[in-house]
Amino acid sequence: MAVCIAVIAKENYPLFIRSVPTQNELKFHYTVHTSLDVVEEKISAVGKSLGDQRELYLGLLYPTEDYKVYGYVTNSKVKFVIVVDSSNTSLRDNEIRSMFRKLHNSFTDVMCNPFYNPGDPIQSKAFNGIVSGMMVQTG
Amino acid sequence: MAGTQWELPPELCCRPLAFVALTGLDVVFNAVHRAIWDAFCANRRADRVPISFKVLPGDHEYPKCRSKRTSYEWYIPKGILKTGWMNKHLNLVPALVVLFYELDWDDPQWKEKQSECATKVEIVRTSLQGRNTKVAVVLIQKKTPLPPGEDLVASERASALCNACDLSGKSLFVLPHTDHLVGYIIRLENAFYEHAQTYYYTEIRRVKSHKEFLNKTTHQLLFVRHQFKIAFFSELKQDTQNALKYYKTAYSLVHELRVHETNMLEIKTMAGFINYKICRLCFQHNTPLDAIAQFRKHIDLCKKKIGCAELAFEHSAWMSKQFQSFGELFDEAIKLGLTAIQTQNPGFYYQQGACYSQDRKQLAQQLCQIGASFPAQVPVETQSGGLDFYGQRLWRQGHQSIDPPDADKEKSGILALQMKERDVPHSELIIALLSNAVAQFKKYKCPRMKSHLMVQMGEEYYHAKDYIKALKLLDYVMCDYRTERWWGLLTAILNTALCCAYLMASVKDYIIYSMELLGRASTLKEEQKSRIQKNLFRVLMNEVPEAEPECDPSSVSAARSLWTDRTALAGSNELTIEVQDYVPFIQCKAKFQSPSFHVDQSIQLQVFLRADCPHPVSFNKLAVSFSNQEYNQWCAAKSQGPDSLTLLPGKTKCCNFSFVAKTEDVGKKVEITGIELVLGSDSGRCVFLSWRGAGGDTASAQEALQASRSSRRWWRGLGARQELDWDSLTVQHSTMIISRIPKISVHLSHQPPVLKNEMYCICFTVQSQEAAVAQDIRLTAGLKPGQDANLGLATHVTLDGSSVCDDGAPALLTDVPLGDLKPGEKLERCVFVRCASTGPRVFLFQVAYSIDTEVEGRQIVCRCHKDEMVTIETVVPFEVSVKFVSTKFEPLEQVAVDIPFLLMTDLVSLSPWPLMLSSSSLQLLTLSSSTTQLQSQLQHVVIQTGECASECFCLRCPSGTNSANTVATGQYLVSWRRQASGPDGPLIQTTVSLPHVILESVPVYITADLPSFGRVRESFPVRYHIENRTALVQEVEIAVEPSDAFMFSGLKQVRLRILPGTQQQMLYNYYPLMAGYQTLPQLNVCLPRCPDSNSLALRRFLPQHIFVKPQGRQLDDTSIAAA
Repeated sequence: MAVCIAVIAKENYPLFIRSVPTQNELKFHYTVHTSLDVVEEKISAVGKSLGDQRELYLGLLYPTEDYKVYGYVTNSKVKFVIVVDSSNTSLRDNEIRSMFRKLHNSFTDVMCNPFYNPGDPIQSKAFNGIVSGMMVQTG
Repeated sequence: MAGTQWELPPELCCRPLAFVALTGLDVVFNAVHRAIWDAFCANRRADRVPISFKVLPGDHEYPKCRSKRTSYEWYIPKGILKTGWMNKHLNLVPALVVLFYELDWDDPQWKEKQSECATKVEIVRTSLQGRNTKVAVVLIQKKTPLPPGEDLVASERASALCNACDLSGKSLFVLPHTDHLVGYIIRLENAFYEHAQTYYYTEIRRVKSHKEFLNKTTHQLLFVRHQFKIAFFSELKQDTQNALKYYKTAYSLVHELRVHETNMLEIKTMAGFINYKICRLCFQHNTPLDAIAQFRKHIDLCKKKIGCAELAFEHSAWMSKQFQSFGELFDEAIKLGLTAIQTQNPGFYYQQGACYSQDRKQLAQQLCQIGASFPAQVPVETQSGGLDFYGQRLWRQGHQSIDPPDADKEKSGILALQMKERDVPHSELIIALLSNAVAQFKKYKCPRMKSHLMVQMGEEYYHAKDYIKALKLLDYVMCDYRTERWWGLLTAILNTALCCAYLMASVKDYIIYSMELLGRASTLKEEQKSRIQKNLFRVLMNEVPEAEPECDPSSVSAARSLWTDRTALAGSNELTIEVQDYVPFIQCKAKFQSPSFHVDQSIQLQVFLRADCPHPVSFNKLAVSFSNQEYNQWCAAKSQGPDSLTLLPGKTKCCNFSFVAKTEDVGKKVEITGIELVLGSDSGRCVFLSWRGAGGDTASAQEALQASRSSRRWWRGLGARQELDWDSLTVQHSTMIISRIPKISVHLSHQPPVLKNEMYCICFTVQSQEAAVAQDIRLTAGLKPGQDANLGLATHVTLDGSSVCDDGAPALLTDVPLGDLKPGEKLERCVFVRCASTGPRVFLFQVAYSIDTEVEGRQIVCRCHKDEMVTIETVVPFEVSVKFVSTKFEPLEQVAVDIPFLLMTDLVSLSPWPLMLSSSSLQLLTLSSSTTQLQSQLQHVVIQTGECASECFCLRCPSGTNSANTVATGQYLVSWRRQASGPDGPLIQTTVSLPHVILESVPVYITADLPSFGRVRESFPVRYHIENRTALVQEVEIAVEPSDAFMFSGLKQVRLRILPGTQQQMLYNYYPLMAGYQTLPQLNVCLPRCPDSNSLALRRFLPQHIFVKPQGRQLDDTSIAAA
């Protein structure tokens, strides 16, 4: 289960970040922000070789001592980042993928809301609920 | 440096080289020896054998070899690895001792020298008692040796020397001191290297042989020690593959050791050493993935082995060192050609190292609070020099039991270590690691990671109280976070920066950071903002602000006194802050009401201000500056009373300004170059917030974009809202000053299209609707500039329509003065245009004038102009077609010389208006007219659209013209005008070039004289003239073919000759038999001498038919009577 989930706009500013409340929130912000380096690099590398035929799931972006950071980029260049505790070895790649897929579906629902203005921070309750379901339950 | 306890020992980090000691060389006083030594140590490149040489005196004492134990039964090891062991084998115990001795084979005192040499060898041997170190002798000789086997004396003496010194033949070398010294030296050292390898091989065997005596219960430490030693000897032997294998075994053995708190440090230290060796060798073998995997395994195994809780910082320090040294190994490998990638580069290891150093610092702060005095009785100088074994405590060396032997000693030892840790400059270590990491991430395209690390560096400098460096770093990265709009992170950085600014008492920085923390980009809570704003007001009042709650209490008092000094300073209390690049708490947007203003209108400017802070803000002054500074005076607001200019939180304030543009700025842009807002007062501090251009800040562009997205969808429909939507306010930073709207009408009347080359008349009427006199009216008329350049050459405009203008007339008449025009008056003029080419043209009629007006009580003279544009097509007035026909009106392809023919012209009018043709004439070149024409047949003919006017001219090509050639015939000139232009209108002459004709000459020309008609049964004479036009006598055969309609008399068939230039006549009488249009009897003429001309060619000159009238009746009496 994730310890931090973030949605990043095409222009690389955060639309949504939630992390486990027990830990230093700022640290996760930095983790997500720095992971964008790798996301950008991966997007640009794909853009050169395959054109539009790319997979949305970027896989493990980089491992730190404590966390694993996974990335996913939609076709409109909105990025999803999921941070998982390194000690959590039970999570397989497939499960991460399905988390991203779920996140993407929910994000699509948010975008379909005519009252949501693309580029604004996401405040949807439904989206929040989906994210909560994927986060590590603490206390 | 205090970090040395955790530094890896240099003998571990170096590449082990076989150690060979050279004795008997006097490198100080003996030049030959010096040269030999230099040859050994200079230029040791990679292609030389890996040996480290040392010069030692002949009687050097080598480390004593302890007696080898024969049984390990009662032996309990005191530690894993002795601290001196690696150094001993690298630098103290040689694999080979080489004795240099000057001795030639033919030395006269051979015997004495031989025994002296033997003695020297013996001394060395004694010193190496118990070691397997080899001894070799090198004889330095002055003479070049003979090839082996030839010098019998040499071989005999060599074996004698070997016997005397108890050397094998392989250990005796000869070094002739000649030109090829380096070559000999290289051969020598290769031989040394072989000896050294044998030595290390035997050492490995020796260590291996201990294994059988060990048991697993008491000798666990020895298993590790022996594996390590074998691996180290393998490295000395340069057998890195086996070394790696043994190190790996050693590594797994280390982790099999029983771990308890007392030996934890020793185990970790050794594990770290072995891990270092493994990673180093993996990189050396170019298997970086193995190195990384080993390191990961190492970290995973050791991460949790914290050991003594009171000394937890030691674990962090050790972990930090592990990461750092791996990072250095990685970096070194990259320098030697390894390629790293963005997600796997040394930066991550330095970063993690820094992270553990930060942990260490925190732990040290927690654990080392005790203010107890230094317990002097416990030795804590844990430099490896003081220790027997790596990783042991100084106060209980060699102790391997689970519990510490002396609890009190243990306690004071821990305390001493904590005391020592307190003095460690942690921040320095962290910053060094971070800056290493920054350099790496910069290299591997991780700008955000780099920024993050720089923030950490900044924070560390802040903790280290180096505020200037801290601010420099934080300032540098702040703008990255600002442009990427990560407000949460920006706020955190700003907070640290604000603390720095406070502690430094840097007024300007303090104000800047406060402003941004109060702004909308800050994620601070309302009460924090409130506190910051109050502090900001204090600074503006030139008072001392309260300390930030995060600040270190110990530094606060120093800061406070700094602030007091600062406030006491007179003078420098004015500050200008460029806020454009921040997200300040006061937002500003200026907008001209319209993108353009007429010069007779007043320019409306609105400046919107908005405060995002929790408390109201008063400002002193608002000033707008423009590209033309003369307007600045009109757009400034100054505070009248104490609260006249106050911004309420979250409310938008709008300041309206209006001013009158200068007439000389017509056609120019007026731009806002800056806006300045003054906070504070002269009594306290004045802060000038200045925006470049028309306001806005780093965040406002994106906000405007978002607002435009949303307004496009929803807000437009909701209609007027009470509060102005700040985000959707757009900045209008410039306005165009345009001329006053003219109040005159310009009307054009003309009859399009233009006929090519005519003087086309365009009449325009100017009617004034002005209330005052329009002065100095000027007309610009003609071809609108900016069209095809060729049009300009083919268009001519003039005011004089009485005659056709020449090509010198311009395409555009400019500034034709037309005088003044009183209110309500009218003015009419005509302009004539001549277009020399067809196609559409745009004509411009501009009427400009000046008028006095009044704007907001100011009298100004405005220049205005009215433009009228018209597109007119130009067409050709008529088309002329020309054809040549024979006198029989048969079309001619060729014109025969000196034979009359006809030229027919057809002029078809294409003009929609009737044309009056004034005259027409021919200008002939080669041809001549057969008739003397007096008057044009077309004179004063008026033709309507589509009508045709034709003319016919009889022409002849004079004889003597060069025949069988095409010749120009001349031109057809037509003078014409529009019928509507009246008799005074100028005539236009249009010239049509006549087509070329092909000339031919005929040898014989035949004409016939015959009446215009015949009558039945009345004969008529026909005379044929046959003319010879050649210079030769022509023979002509003439035959007349019979015809049903005629009887005839005359020569039916004749053959005759015609002299050159003369003609022959043939007379016939034709007697018509039938009435009607009858074919004449055909005259067949043929020229036997001229076969190329046939009768048909000649026949075309002859008439073919004649009209025969019926027989007339005489009006006689009988017929009348019958009637």
